[in-house]
Amino acid sequence: MTRTVLVTGVRGHIGARVAAALAGDPEIDRVIGVDTAPPPAPRGRGGEQDGPVPGRTEFVHVALRGPDLARVIRDADVDTVVHLSLVSGSGRGDRRADGTGGGRSAMKEHNVIGTMQLLAACQRSATVRRVVVRSTTAVYGSSPHAPAVFTEDTEPAEVARHGYARDATEVETYVRGFARRRPDVTTTTLRFANLMGPGVDSPLTRYFSQPVLPTVLGFDPRLQFVHEDDAVEVLCRTAGADHPGVFNVAGDGVLLLSQCARRTGRPVVPLPSPAFRLAGGLARGARLVDFSPEQLTLMSHGRAVDTARITAELGWRPKYGTAAAFDDFLRSRAVPGGAGHLPLAAVDWLADLLTKR
Amino acid sequence: MDDFRDRRAAGNGPPAGLVDGDGSGERLAELFAFLRRRITGDYEVDEFGFDPELNDRVLLEALRPLYRHWFRTETLGLENVPADAGALIVANHSGTLPVDALMLQVAVNDELGRPLRLLGAHLVYQLPVLGHLARKSGHTLACPEDADRLLRKGEVVGVFPEGFKGIGKPFSERYRLQRFGRGGFVASAIRAGVPIVPCAIVGAEEIYPKIGDLPSLARLLGLPYLPITPLFPWLGPLGLVPLPSKWLIEFGEPVRTDAYDPEEADDPAVVFDLTDHVRETMQRRLDALRLRRGAAFPPI
Repeated sequence: MTRTVLVTGVRGHIGARVAAALAGDPEIDRVIGVDTAPPPAPRGRGGEQDGPVPGRTEFVHVALRGPDLARVIRDADVDTVVHLSLVSGSGRGDRRADGTGGGRSAMKEHNVIGTMQLLAACQRSATVRRVVVRSTTAVYGSSPHAPAVFTEDTEPAEVARHGYARDATEVETYVRGFARRRPDVTTTTLRFANLMGPGVDSPLTRYFSQPVLPTVLGFDPRLQFVHEDDAVEVLCRTAGADHPGVFNVAGDGVLLLSQCARRTGRPVVPLPSPAFRLAGGLARGARLVDFSPEQLTLMSHGRAVDTARITAELGWRPKYGTAAAFDDFLRSRAVPGGAGHLPLAAVDWLADLLTKR
Repeated sequence: MDDFRDRRAAGNGPPAGLVDGDGSGERLAELFAFLRRRITGDYEVDEFGFDPELNDRVLLEALRPLYRHWFRTETLGLENVPADAGALIVANHSGTLPVDALMLQVAVNDELGRPLRLLGAHLVYQLPVLGHLARKSGHTLACPEDADRLLRKGEVVGVFPEGFKGIGKPFSERYRLQRFGRGGFVASAIRAGVPIVPCAIVGAEEIYPKIGDLPSLARLLGLPYLPITPLFPWLGPLGLVPLPSKWLIEFGEPVRTDAYDPEEADDPAVVFDLTDHVRETMQRRLDALRLRRGAAFPPI
């Protein structure tokens, strides 16, 4: 049996990496990458990983609406669909050219309508056997009324009303509907924690790249990261074999925001929450950092998820824990860590002074 | 010197005590290693946000004088708490402010050498600073998911089933147990098959004797009650100094739950019976312990 995999969202970093990894898999005959715009020209830094869809992946440019997608799936006898095109933010400069840069409504259209179109095409296909969808742990929300650790069965304490989390919640609803209508197709939904790694560009990585880190006064949220290598690994494994169900994917352990900030060695400015909201809005307006309302609640209440289910299902643990993933991200951004860390220098100086004698 | 630096950089290694032989140098080096870990973020918190190092060396350290010298706390029945398995400590709640929770935490941590994971009210986790300090101290929200998770991990979990009804009751009702919520704690213990340790705390009732209440102002501030005590609000912030009553904390004989089927956690009759049993035991122990203590403020 020939195997053909369709990967959506190949313009994104993870999409490109997954397509490349699948293309390198000898058991897969053909990888078709689709997106609403052609992949960008190779960027200088970051090497091949960051470049366009490499190697054996065939790129197809599809419009969001219309019969393109269904035609691709039908003509190529696609048997596995890996849906990665969920975008978390609008306003990235290089994204403005396509359908995802035009603010919130374009983002919603891309995320939700795009998924509906894709699932409609899958539903009519006689060849599709497996669908893997990327979702996010943001569907659980962040709330002081929620349990500390979410399992896949936990109902969110507050239904997501904003942006990315709401899109993901709606996408998951459609995926559940699809799974009901086509029980013969194996459907996997992967809820990823915040991605971290050298090539990741997300609201959170942009936040940690700022020279000064604003935090919400009196709050120290728990954060959880998944390294991009592990994310790619999980996506490839679930694309390669049947693992039906909904799974959380996150690195082991949690980091508090204060811990992350200390690891960056950058100064922290605690702001009362209304001021933080305002600063977030201003930064959004100036397109500096994209801070959506759900990012603001994450920065107040945090979130941690249980990953026992995916561990049992795949018999595999992420290579990077939350802390290791964050440290790898910091290394790649050449964030000082030691140099320029004033309090640390002071402690070392004092330690030398007092313990030498 | 290089060796010293390497060890500090390693962070979690043993304290670097090789600078000089005497204890003070060792302690100093250890202190700097601690500071270095804190500043670089090189320490671990668990999934609930519990920061054992901060808890033991900073948060509890601040409470220990209160525990030892101010309340002269004595503990009884320590052998009733399992040394290395999960257990649910169920205690009476009193004192207007949850000082009893903090003292119970010191008792379990220092006398038993185990962190106490308390299940707290929603209100605590809505408040800035307090909610996150509570998490760092090992506590979490009182909800079945978190309780089950902690008990499954073999932690010592503490709960005050009376909630605000207990801690906010007037001084005239001291040492009278209030209604226990819905018995959710009993269901959690049955599901996890861990013993319930009834715990009586005597002394907390007298720290802020609540002789009045300002309900409308409390409602305005979104608080469950706003107390009037002999010192508060008359003396302003000074009214927040707790009266130095004598404290006794007794851990009673554990009530085993492993004879139940975990399914029976969903049987309301079983849960209510066991809740009543625990409550009656606690009231009995509380009365006996109060007699044993005698005067709340023994002459100095």
